[in-house]
Amino acid sequence: MGDRYVYLLALLLAVTGLVVFTYQWRVIGFPLTVDAEDPVWTIEARIGFQGGPGSIKVNFNVPTLTPGFRMLNENHVSRGFGFSLNYGTGGRGAQWAIRRGEGPQTIYYRISVYEDLTARQVDTTPPFPPVPVITEPYRTAVDVVVADVRQYSADTPSFTSELLRRLNERSPDPNVELLLAEAATDVDLVEVATMILAAARIPARMVRGFALAGRQRSTQPLPWLEVHDGDTWRYFDPSTGIESLPERFLIWWRGNEPLVKVEGGSRVQVDFAVQENYVGAVALAQTQRARIGSPFPDMSLYGLPMRTQAVYGVLLMLPIGALIMVVMRNLVGIETFGTFMPVLIALAFRETQLIYGVVLFTLLVALGLTIRFFLEKLRLLLVPRLTAVLIVVVLLMMVISLLSDRMNIESGISVALFPMVILAMTIERMSVVWEERGPADALRAAAGSLVVAVLAYLAMGQVWLEHLIFTFPELLLVILALVLVIGRYTGYRLLELGRFKALSGAS
Amino acid sequence: MGAVARLRRRGVLGLNERNAEFIMRCNPRRFFPRVDDKVKTKELALNAGMAVPDLYGVIRNQGQVREFARIVAAHDSFVIKPAQGSGGDGIVVVTGRSKGRRDAFRTASGLLLTTAEIEHHLSNIVGGQYSLSGNRDTAIIEYCVRFDTVFTELSYQGVPDVRVIVYRGYPAMAMVRLPTRASEGKANLHQGAVGAGVDMRTGRTLSGVWQHLVVDEHPDTGAPIAGLEIPAWDGILESSARGYDVTGLGYLGVDMVIDRDHGPLILEMNARPGLSIQIANGTGLKTRLAVIDRLHDTAVRPEVRAARAREAFPSAAA
Repeated sequence: MGDRYVYLLALLLAVTGLVVFTYQWRVIGFPLTVDAEDPVWTIEARIGFQGGPGSIKVNFNVPTLTPGFRMLNENHVSRGFGFSLNYGTGGRGAQWAIRRGEGPQTIYYRISVYEDLTARQVDTTPPFPPVPVITEPYRTAVDVVVADVRQYSADTPSFTSELLRRLNERSPDPNVELLLAEAATDVDLVEVATMILAAARIPARMVRGFALAGRQRSTQPLPWLEVHDGDTWRYFDPSTGIESLPERFLIWWRGNEPLVKVEGGSRVQVDFAVQENYVGAVALAQTQRARIGSPFPDMSLYGLPMRTQAVYGVLLMLPIGALIMVVMRNLVGIETFGTFMPVLIALAFRETQLIYGVVLFTLLVALGLTIRFFLEKLRLLLVPRLTAVLIVVVLLMMVISLLSDRMNIESGISVALFPMVILAMTIERMSVVWEERGPADALRAAAGSLVVAVLAYLAMGQVWLEHLIFTFPELLLVILALVLVIGRYTGYRLLELGRFKALSGAS
Repeated sequence: MGAVARLRRRGVLGLNERNAEFIMRCNPRRFFPRVDDKVKTKELALNAGMAVPDLYGVIRNQGQVREFARIVAAHDSFVIKPAQGSGGDGIVVVTGRSKGRRDAFRTASGLLLTTAEIEHHLSNIVGGQYSLSGNRDTAIIEYCVRFDTVFTELSYQGVPDVRVIVYRGYPAMAMVRLPTRASEGKANLHQGAVGAGVDMRTGRTLSGVWQHLVVDEHPDTGAPIAGLEIPAWDGILESSARGYDVTGLGYLGVDMVIDRDHGPLILEMNARPGLSIQIANGTGLKTRLAVIDRLHDTAVRPEVRAARAREAFPSAAA
């Protein structure tokens, strides 16, 4: 196929990409830049369990009343399960059910909320709780504690504080000790506290939620104590008794019942992930898209599970790095080791930061080369020698990590993320080039690789670019078009102008 | 951008254009093995009646490395090369044996290598260290060319060779590659050998290029480079033209050596010949390739093509 077809195809790709991009931007309203004003918190719960051979029913508590937050949207991913939302005593409960399910099952539930301090808790004043039925000897112990605490307090808040203080005492009095005998966790402690409060006719309940901050993985809900003083609900830190609420505390559910109940399944595990997105506008755009019904298939990556999103955040930048690579090799004419090695090194730089990454890379390659030259003397066969270099590279990394840990340099630890096999191959190829064509050629190619890696890193590290590509993945079509056009570029490379200087001199 | 315009006006071929317009268009992938494997190239050339250096033996796997001593038992000088090597990597030229020990060999650069060291090198070759693809390779042990005395003054250890670019069967441009101390006896420009352009009609050398610089004298021997008459020039052009018929590659580099006793021998052929030949000749390739496009006639035989090319490119100054 001639140039015409290539250019036509490139044009087609570029136009398609740009049209979709313009539509998503102008009509749907996806933002061009990161919108830093409205942080949106997405909390994802991953419920994993082993399904039995029969029917399965999963009851899962989900946020209902969330003072300080408003819900943007919520959704769930569950293959083959029927879904319903029920309102129970503790708030809303999501229920998934399936007639027949076997093997490991995973259900995702996700909710996006944004902070809104005007969102108050609208709740009816609860009735005085009935006196709990407690058996002896606990009954007497509760009575004694209530009487005791009451003596040292003036009202509901001070009663609660005093009670919690006593429950948390290092050497509690015998009555408290008896009540706490089986309380192993914070949750148990709050349960005991609510029981005692109920005995004192004070409406109280356990709340559990998350203090939203940054990006959290595999986090678990934090128990907190909620007490009604007749007017409003008040919050108490169960571990200190101080009336407080953690900053940005999202209440997930209330009451003592467990987070999840699975009938017909075993080995239930719930994992929470929290992510802070500055994607208020993105989320709004998604709502917009649903409202007007876009003619394009939903290409937005914001709908994927968060773990997958994080992977794509990096993956989608690879073409950018590769584009830099193509430009540097085919338009500028820089020599590198391997085609994509610099891009992979650049990816590693993302973890180590630039300066440190360059230093580490240089250090590792230099040390590896030294050892490779020594191995040459041993006259090993090729594949064992390559393997030996790989092992040495791994050991070197370990040593560097240990040393930098000793010296309290944190970045040294992330060296472990360097693509080791790539490094080993680089060292091997560099040593062969070194021997065959001399140090000058080897160093030139190494420097070329490093320059391209740094440029690729800088390009891939642009936050606005990352946002742009992640929000508008159709722009990759434009990059593809660009690469196609460069693929047919038959002009001189920049460095060739120097190479052929003798032929371009004026005459 | 004056430089670009001047280069273009002089028909200088760049890497991108070489790859996209000539290699991809003229060299079908399926023919690459014919030149990438020197054992195969040798066979093809022999079948076509072209002269090649005598093959002493091949070592195809690790087990055969032990046969090295037996293969060279009757020879004092020989060359070891990887069948799939590129750019002269992995080539060892042995010019004789040590006086004291028969199992130690003297290389062209004066180094003394023991049999064990050579066997390690052979293992590396067989393991694929020098192969283009990194796959297993074959080591070739062949006749060490005793180059024509014409070149004695113009080479520093090692064997000078003649590279001819053949386009669609017509020799387009040629250069002589002269080993230097920097190239360690190897005749590859990027390793530091001197390349001297050749006047296609007369077969006389023009000035040379050494590491991107134009030079008039050999950097080690000091002998003038220009004006040397290459022996058997007719035969060289004809053989290289024939390279096209043998390989089917439309854009081809043919490397030949001129042996004192056997005349021009084909060393290897290259499907991706480099571009420095333009600097050595002080002229661009594209102009000549365009002339060949006009000359092209599939019916004519190699010797006629060689003669026509000789007529078409009278002197370096294009």
